[in-house]
Amino acid sequence: MNQSTQDLFEQALDRREVKGRSLYVDAWHRLRRNKAALTGMALLLIIVLLVIIGPMLNPWDHEIPDWDHYSTPPSLDTGHLMGTDALGRDLFERVMVGGRVSLLVGLIATLVSLLIGVTYGAVAGYLGGRIDNIMMRAVDAIYALPFMFFVILLMVVFGRNIFLIFVAIGAVNWLDMARIVRGQTLSLKNKDFIEAARASGASERSIVLRHIIPNLLGVVVVYVSLTIPQVILVESFLSFLGLGVQEPLTSWGALVNEGAQELETAPWSLLFPALFLAITLFAFNFIGDGLRDALDPRDR
Amino acid sequence: MVSSLLKIDDLRVHFEIKTGARWFKPETEIVRAVDGISFSLKAAETLGIVGESGCGKSTLARAILGLVRPTGGRIVWMGESLHDLTEDQMRGKRKELQMIFQDPLGSLDPRMTVGQIVGEPLKNFFPSMSRLQIRERVAGMLKMVGLLPEQINRYPHEFSGGQCQRIGIARALIVNPRLVVCDEPVSALDVSIQAQIINLLKDLQKKLRLSLIFIAHDLSVVRHVSDRVLIMYLGKIMELADRDTIYHHPRHPYTRALIQSVPIPDPEAERLRTRTTLGGELPSPANPPSGCVFRTRCPHAIDACAKQVPALEAVSNEDEENSGRHQVACIRQQELNN
Amino acid sequence: MALLEVRDLVVAFDTPEGEVHAVNGLSFDLEPGQTLGVVGESGSGKTQTAMAMMGLLAENGRASGSVRFRGQELLGMSTQELSRIRGSSISMIFQDPISSLNPYMTIGDQLIEVLTHHRNLKRKAARQRAEEMLHQVQISDPAQRMRQFPHELSGGMCQRVMIAMGLLCQPDILIADEPTTALDVTVQSQINLLMDELSEQSSTAIMLITHDLGVIAGLCNQVLVMYAGELMEFADIDPLFSSPAHPYTEGLLKSVPRLDQIDSGILSAIPGNPPDLLSLPVGCPFRARCSYAFDQCSAHPSLRETEPDRWTRCHLDTLPKPTENKAD
Repeated sequence: MNQSTQDLFEQALDRREVKGRSLYVDAWHRLRRNKAALTGMALLLIIVLLVIIGPMLNPWDHEIPDWDHYSTPPSLDTGHLMGTDALGRDLFERVMVGGRVSLLVGLIATLVSLLIGVTYGAVAGYLGGRIDNIMMRAVDAIYALPFMFFVILLMVVFGRNIFLIFVAIGAVNWLDMARIVRGQTLSLKNKDFIEAARASGASERSIVLRHIIPNLLGVVVVYVSLTIPQVILVESFLSFLGLGVQEPLTSWGALVNEGAQELETAPWSLLFPALFLAITLFAFNFIGDGLRDALDPRDR
Repeated sequence: MVSSLLKIDDLRVHFEIKTGARWFKPETEIVRAVDGISFSLKAAETLGIVGESGCGKSTLARAILGLVRPTGGRIVWMGESLHDLTEDQMRGKRKELQMIFQDPLGSLDPRMTVGQIVGEPLKNFFPSMSRLQIRERVAGMLKMVGLLPEQINRYPHEFSGGQCQRIGIARALIVNPRLVVCDEPVSALDVSIQAQIINLLKDLQKKLRLSLIFIAHDLSVVRHVSDRVLIMYLGKIMELADRDTIYHHPRHPYTRALIQSVPIPDPEAERLRTRTTLGGELPSPANPPSGCVFRTRCPHAIDACAKQVPALEAVSNEDEENSGRHQVACIRQQELNN
Repeated sequence: MALLEVRDLVVAFDTPEGEVHAVNGLSFDLEPGQTLGVVGESGSGKTQTAMAMMGLLAENGRASGSVRFRGQELLGMSTQELSRIRGSSISMIFQDPISSLNPYMTIGDQLIEVLTHHRNLKRKAARQRAEEMLHQVQISDPAQRMRQFPHELSGGMCQRVMIAMGLLCQPDILIADEPTTALDVTVQSQINLLMDELSEQSSTAIMLITHDLGVIAGLCNQVLVMYAGELMEFADIDPLFSSPAHPYTEGLLKSVPRLDQIDSGILSAIPGNPPDLLSLPVGCPFRARCSYAFDQCSAHPSLRETEPDRWTRCHLDTLPKPTENKAD
């Protein structure tokens, strides 16, 4: 091809190039038609905004009690929108701050498990054979450890702190992720386009990074959206047992625990944190299901 | 003799497959996917390889490209034995040896645009190439295989099967390979599209002086592209000859059966045709018959066929010019053809 | 009255991108003993026609028009009534024999179930009948095979079992959807031979769906050529193969590589790609790929009977004679 035709070509390219619709764009279009998932996303957005902005607008502090109001029901007059707890702390403020902790735990622990799980699973699945065998037996071994015992041990040895909760939950959750990713990788590995990439001179590293992981993304995204609520729940459970976040900091699980103890005298202190927790979990699950349908329409 | 581009000598690819496990000791059996294949290929020549599923033709293709490690024998590429190469050196050789796959859509990464797919070999083999250079080459290549360059940002699922196969061809040809192995490139396509792709491959081969290895499961497609045809059965060569010889003077009973089993799109010819079909099914390559592997289905099998593995021998009583080029592996080929 | 009358069959699917018409106003008859070939490329609607007839459309699909079996309307029939007809009066065999069989049941149990369900036979009688049927489709040692699971049999063997299952209740109609496509060449020709013999022995009408014109030439009496959901040409096989009336049929015939002819070097392909059913062109759907297309083709051609029992959907009365010579 000589220079002038090439120029013409380039010009034609610039002018007429058609933007393709990637599978993700397609999935997004499908997701937008899913009412449950849309509702879930809207609810989640509201909760996240509320949790971030709420405490800024609220005059009360989550640690300092309102000495005039102990265990008062929600009321506009007192300014405690959700009432106060037995120590006179503003429940609205505490639910918001607790929400920050719960969502953060969910997010960070999931990210930790994502990072370890995807890498571990993809490597095990792609390399296969003996290495795969050893790696997966290691996963089985960790699975066999009693999780609660492990967490309690950590708490006893290192004392209670949020960071440890991230570690503990992440350390267990990546196992599931690794298994799912490995299974998916095994089936991807035999796809023709992976072989085609090898034939095109791609190195093992670039096959994993450029071909395997991008194609895992769909499964991973779905799994993440279902892991976050699971992690939130685990954290709540730990807090409920008294192993979670430490006072005066709080989380939804810890608040539910406190509220449960005052159920008869102050039902609102159970109602509000439980409501937020439930809505968040529902939202995530709706989104997860919606994503699954959107990314893999054949499985419906 | 003209020096050959590719020479394959007694190539064997055996797989060990797990059939079960007793405690910790796995029970395995050996599958002889490719079992002693020898042939050579000249520059700009097209070799058709025909065989049914499980005959090892795809494994052979992958072994030539180094995607599967041979367990024995030699592959000599332009005088250099590929067997001794490390994984990295082999990767470099793939610039000269490319492949086109059977499943047009399945062989393209669904998350990549056409531009990324076709440009990937360039990225791998010429890391110094600029993005613009790659784009130019890709656009030119797309045009060459009959696609519109402005489709460069589209994704594979937005194309039809035939177009996807064109993308696969563009990806294989963009690094100017000398040999392209086509593994059933048209069997997944519609009839009217098959012809387009075959014509395109023939055209490109002439233009770029490519050598092709064209694998198929039936004889009719191979006939239109090949100079020579190799018939495989259970990992072994049954017959190897020039294209016209295979079709007009087949010597191996299996080749004849293959030719007879292709239905002809002409009712009159179909009515006249003697419909002798092979009985039985392909034996398992893990447990091939003794002696001649074809004997269990061969209408002419005798006791001797079970005892002796027939060697691939040149047919002697043919015209001079063809001597040595027609090889058959059948102990009865002389008596059956006289 | 024909055994099966299909009139103005329309099969539409709701997809996120819009409504897709897989079959568009298809009409044909099926008579006892007839072997009708349905030929077309992927997306031509040949499989969906069969699926609609059997009430097996995917959830987002709808069929309208009329499919009458012995005068009885099949479309809109309740699932219960349909399942009585399916498998006993009309049966179907699919492209992939291994996955059409239940992997957790033995071959024998699957065959016996059909008979006890549709024919109310006692198990013992059913077993005997099943064995006979396996024998009829030339499976050696039927008693032994009955005890085996599908994965223990080869693809060709499974397809024989499927054919046996399809014929167990002596159906009036057997629909075979690409029965040999997934099989090896030599096994294909075994199955084709078997189908040919069976169709000669019984009065079962066969609707053979395939993309392989060679198979059609060997097995069928009439052919229905479909393109983009529409019937393009309908004729007896001899006239269809010797002088196709529709450019698409002609193109298909020419693009098949043939072993019995001198190799002319280059295959004559149909240019272009099959149309996108979501955005069909106005006028003749084949227009963009047709070498004879002219002004009139922007109007949608209607189906015309050019000769008795010969229908074509083309504005041309006869195709211009090809210049190349047709070999023997």
